[in-house]
Amino acid sequence: MIEPKTSKKICGMGHRMKRKEDARFLHGQGTYVDDIKLPGMLFMDIVRSPYAYAKIKSINTEKALEIPGVLAVITGETLKEYNLHWMPTLMSDTQMVLPTDTVMYQAQEVAAVIATDRYAAADGIEAVEVEYEPMKAVVNPHKALDADAPVLRTDKEGKTDNHIWHWESGDREGTDKLFEEADIVVKENIYVPRIHVASIETCGCIADFRPATGKLTVHLTTQAPHAVRTVIALVAGHVGLSEEKVRVISPDIGGGFGGKVPVYPGYVIAIAASVVIGKPVKWIEDRSENLQADSFARDYHMVGEIAADKDGTMKALRIKTLADHGYTDAAANPSKYPAGMFSICTGSYQFENAFTEMDAVYTNKPPGGVAYRCSFRVTEAVHAIERMVDVLAQELGRDPAELRMQNFIQPDQFPYHSPTGWEYDSGNYPAALQKAMDMIGYDELRKEQAEKRARGELMGIGVCSFTEVVGAGPSKDFDILGIKMFDSAEIRIHPTGKAIARFGTKSQGQGHETTYAQIVAEELGIPALHIEVEEGDTDTAPYGLGTYASRSTPTAGAAAAKAARKIRDKARKIAAHLLEVSEEDLDWEPGKFFVKGAPDKSTTIQDIAFAAYTNHPQGMEAGLEAVHYYDPPNLTFPFGSYICVVDIDKQTGEPKIRRFVAIDDCGNIINPMIVEGQIHGGLTQGLAPAMFEELIYDEDGNILNGTFMDYLLPTAVETPHWETGHTITPCPHHPIGAKGVGESPTVGAPPAIANAIVDALSHLGVTNIDIPITPFKVWKILKEKGVTNA
Amino acid sequence: MIPPAFDYHAPQTLEEALSLLDEYGDDAKILSGGHSLIPMMKLRLAQPEHIVDINALTELEYIREENGVIYIGGLTREVALEESDIIHARLPLVSEVLPLIADPQVRNLATIGGNLAHGDPGNDHPAVMLALGATIVAQGPEGKRSIHINDFFEDFYMTALEPEEILTEIQIPVPPQGSGGSYKKLERKVGDYAVAGVAAQVTVDGSGACTSAGLALTNVHYIPFKVTDGEDVLVGSKLDKEAIEKAAGIASEQCDPSNDLRGSVEYKRAMVLELTRRALRDAANQARG
Amino acid sequence: MKTKEITVHVNGTPHTKEVSTRLLLVHFIRDDLDMTGTHIGCDTSNCGACTILLDGKSIKSCTVLAVQADGKQVTTIEGMANGAQFHPIQEGFHEEHGLQCGFCTPGMIMRAAELLEKNPNPTEEEIRWGISGNLCRCTGYQNIVKAIQYAAEKMSTEAETA
Repeated sequence: MIEPKTSKKICGMGHRMKRKEDARFLHGQGTYVDDIKLPGMLFMDIVRSPYAYAKIKSINTEKALEIPGVLAVITGETLKEYNLHWMPTLMSDTQMVLPTDTVMYQAQEVAAVIATDRYAAADGIEAVEVEYEPMKAVVNPHKALDADAPVLRTDKEGKTDNHIWHWESGDREGTDKLFEEADIVVKENIYVPRIHVASIETCGCIADFRPATGKLTVHLTTQAPHAVRTVIALVAGHVGLSEEKVRVISPDIGGGFGGKVPVYPGYVIAIAASVVIGKPVKWIEDRSENLQADSFARDYHMVGEIAADKDGTMKALRIKTLADHGYTDAAANPSKYPAGMFSICTGSYQFENAFTEMDAVYTNKPPGGVAYRCSFRVTEAVHAIERMVDVLAQELGRDPAELRMQNFIQPDQFPYHSPTGWEYDSGNYPAALQKAMDMIGYDELRKEQAEKRARGELMGIGVCSFTEVVGAGPSKDFDILGIKMFDSAEIRIHPTGKAIARFGTKSQGQGHETTYAQIVAEELGIPALHIEVEEGDTDTAPYGLGTYASRSTPTAGAAAAKAARKIRDKARKIAAHLLEVSEEDLDWEPGKFFVKGAPDKSTTIQDIAFAAYTNHPQGMEAGLEAVHYYDPPNLTFPFGSYICVVDIDKQTGEPKIRRFVAIDDCGNIINPMIVEGQIHGGLTQGLAPAMFEELIYDEDGNILNGTFMDYLLPTAVETPHWETGHTITPCPHHPIGAKGVGESPTVGAPPAIANAIVDALSHLGVTNIDIPITPFKVWKILKEKGVTNA
Repeated sequence: MIPPAFDYHAPQTLEEALSLLDEYGDDAKILSGGHSLIPMMKLRLAQPEHIVDINALTELEYIREENGVIYIGGLTREVALEESDIIHARLPLVSEVLPLIADPQVRNLATIGGNLAHGDPGNDHPAVMLALGATIVAQGPEGKRSIHINDFFEDFYMTALEPEEILTEIQIPVPPQGSGGSYKKLERKVGDYAVAGVAAQVTVDGSGACTSAGLALTNVHYIPFKVTDGEDVLVGSKLDKEAIEKAAGIASEQCDPSNDLRGSVEYKRAMVLELTRRALRDAANQARG
Repeated sequence: MKTKEITVHVNGTPHTKEVSTRLLLVHFIRDDLDMTGTHIGCDTSNCGACTILLDGKSIKSCTVLAVQADGKQVTTIEGMANGAQFHPIQEGFHEEHGLQCGFCTPGMIMRAAELLEKNPNPTEEEIRWGISGNLCRCTGYQNIVKAIQYAAEKMSTEAETA
């Protein structure tokens, strides 16, 4: 651990500062969207389709309107009058707000009931009568491109199939050549299934349009309030919602994980209802709606291949992917990256060449493609490469840790240029893996495994050495709907030396109110406790693209440091004035300037702040504040090595995680306590898809597990006691050397777990099991191999 | 998710409750712990016109032992069973099942009577009660009647209870010296309904021969399933490997699970086989002391 | 009757209201009494975000009718602290970083309150089983376990000195 540079009182970087935001949550005084009550507020509930694909023949609202308290029923036809029945997606596709003729997935919004309270609204949706004509749904993405598959997007002129886009990265010919020449080629089909972020708070909003002022305020569960404001203005400008009249407030958010990036139809309907009725309209989805209709994550069907020399040197990588996007491409990626950062798939290894291609298709499933706590499809890429390295190790009869060591990008090769075009900023992969191996006692475990195997017992050890790519992103490459992916900080120092700092990001539990304060404290020497952090109100915070993809520290965190440094530059001028010396004669230590060689001649940041309002030099602007919009020069590349040990019950197939060691490197650490907490949480959200979670559909497109009774979030009992540690390789281009951490463990844990379970069965010839690896799946293999007598 | 509207009745005496049920019959539902009924109402799968909330009938909350029988009031909460010395001392099989039912908050309200009366083959108490040979006491307008647990589960979610009846008591014969019981449940995660569950209760004599056996299964049949043929194999045996294997085989073959998210028919049969082995082994070891 | 007058004692204060008989207790607390610390995370009594104490027992208030609480004592997260002074469990969550987004936190704390009442010195295993009816998506539970251990220690020290 690196010693903090500031005192405990200042509590800059490196201190385990207790969170400033805790008190309100612990007292039950957090303000989540559903906690907000406005005078005259109405409630909205949504009628949803029971079919995955159907024509709407009629919608009868009569009985619903007879229910006491029901005021209105909104249908696609209502919205069509305002041209609001369709909206654009972040990926330049189109999505229905409410349908006028066809529903495209089960649980799609069909109509909305507005009522005076939630109970009347709930009764109202039961009374709306919709007549459907069901059609044969396209559910299997592998069949979506068949000649006889119905074309789903008949709304798109000239569309003759269900293909959305083809994307590729790397050098096809060069890679193919290496494959032709290779000693060894391994190939595996790997599916990373459709899952759901399932934050414990569902999504919702209160749309509050005031006819008298024409101002719309939307209290919204969003990770990106500023972008949403612009989207609202772009989509609904024609009905009078000009951007200065739109205020988006993202209050306390009960977990986001990517699921609160999209703009859902429910938000738009609530806004339309409020504008039409002139009263605040609240819409809070329930858990079933959340799981069944909100954006999914993953759903990549991949075929991975590695070409290697006999000695284990990995030469080339090829991955071909089929992406199931549901009925529209509503993924949340930077605009130029339809497959997100998937091309990071060469991972932590030196490949001479690589090529990856992907085709996206429409099916009758909910749209989405959000990240589930990862940076734009990195999880899929890491799962593919980390599984493939194990497949190769198995083919070669090599130890998977040793094979990784042999092929790692070495510390002296950074900045490293990958065959798919990324410039890795910094890393020390062998150190992280070695640390994990030492911590878990790798060699001893391998001995134990050999002994157990001889006795017929099943034990596996799984290794994963992942490289993340986060912090989108540099403006030359990264934008969302044209808006560059910078982020911002605005800091104002009050006369008494206290401060308020505002950001374009939005915490959903990450602890921004604490970590940002610590960054500013580090730079200015003002105690972090005296720095109030605010986010989420577009009327007060500077513009930014929001919090997802582990981008807050890489972008807004950098902006905080940069804005604070601007303030320090001005403070130096004021200090020179106060101490009657020239600026060059001053030295800085956290909290004060002093005259070089005369440390007793000094002035504190608090004195300087007071002077900025009471005694500033003539000719200088009064006040002490700064804004910075940070455009990162590169992405950051956190990494880590995880090792998992599992024991498998031969009769029931139950895999039990005995130990899990996680070594993370996220560059310089702002708050070790918060980083550790992020890692515990991320690991658990890696465990979840590895062993429990998957959205399952039947052949008609009906969801089979749309509640928490069957969509299985791990509890404290299933979750192992995580063992964590870290190495520190600072980011060379970030002002404070930090990289971002929240998502690394979600990315790294699934392959570590999958590799451990496959390792336990590798002597039986098992090379892959698709996640989630359930006891049932393991048992089927044990049965097939004749291992179990159950 | 909001339940539909209903008329609410909170009788203060059993008599009052029975007369309400008599009056409303099929249109009424009894609310005890509520953890099956209220979720079904919120999902609008149940829309009763009348709710008869029997939670005030505290006279139905008791656990006592008299003359070799444990009497449990129908409204007894799972948590009360969990904390009962009588249950721990006398009915290890029941003790073992309790922490596996739902979660602590649910067990604070959920009742053993409700768990049985719901007739859900996925609930855990039915198999346990089948293995223990319990008797259900139902009270209706005509008075009390006893129903042997073997006759209680009639069809999918259907029990021998009439709409006008309340399950007031469960009577469990105290297993004699030389008894042992065990419940084995495979679940996808804690608190889930079983992929498969097996309740086993056995008694052995001084020679180690099995004098009585109860064997029943959770969630692998359209009703809670008593493996009578398996019990027959066990009685008279030494509860040796061979007998256990045979009984487990019968359990596995005779149950009739369905293909669903918890697994295939084949898998569930295999789990019944293995869990039956484990439950019987543990029960036998306990019985032998 | 589709409405009923009820009196519920919430954190020691009686509240008398005429309510719809189908009103869920969680909505009574949140919408009628404006105490929004108790949250709703699912509809199937799986997540535990709505956990409160009803006559001292932790229960899921989304699966209980308000009329069922008539005449009873309800304790919510708002009733835990003494003014600004944390209850030892709240203090444990703060000290051990047992919360992130804070949404599951009130339910976790109310569950922990009963857990520690019944078992003042629980093992890690007992805590994990004890909070198995509460889902958290942020923390991975590890620091929640530590928070409850912290509270257990503090409460037993306080009990000794009292």
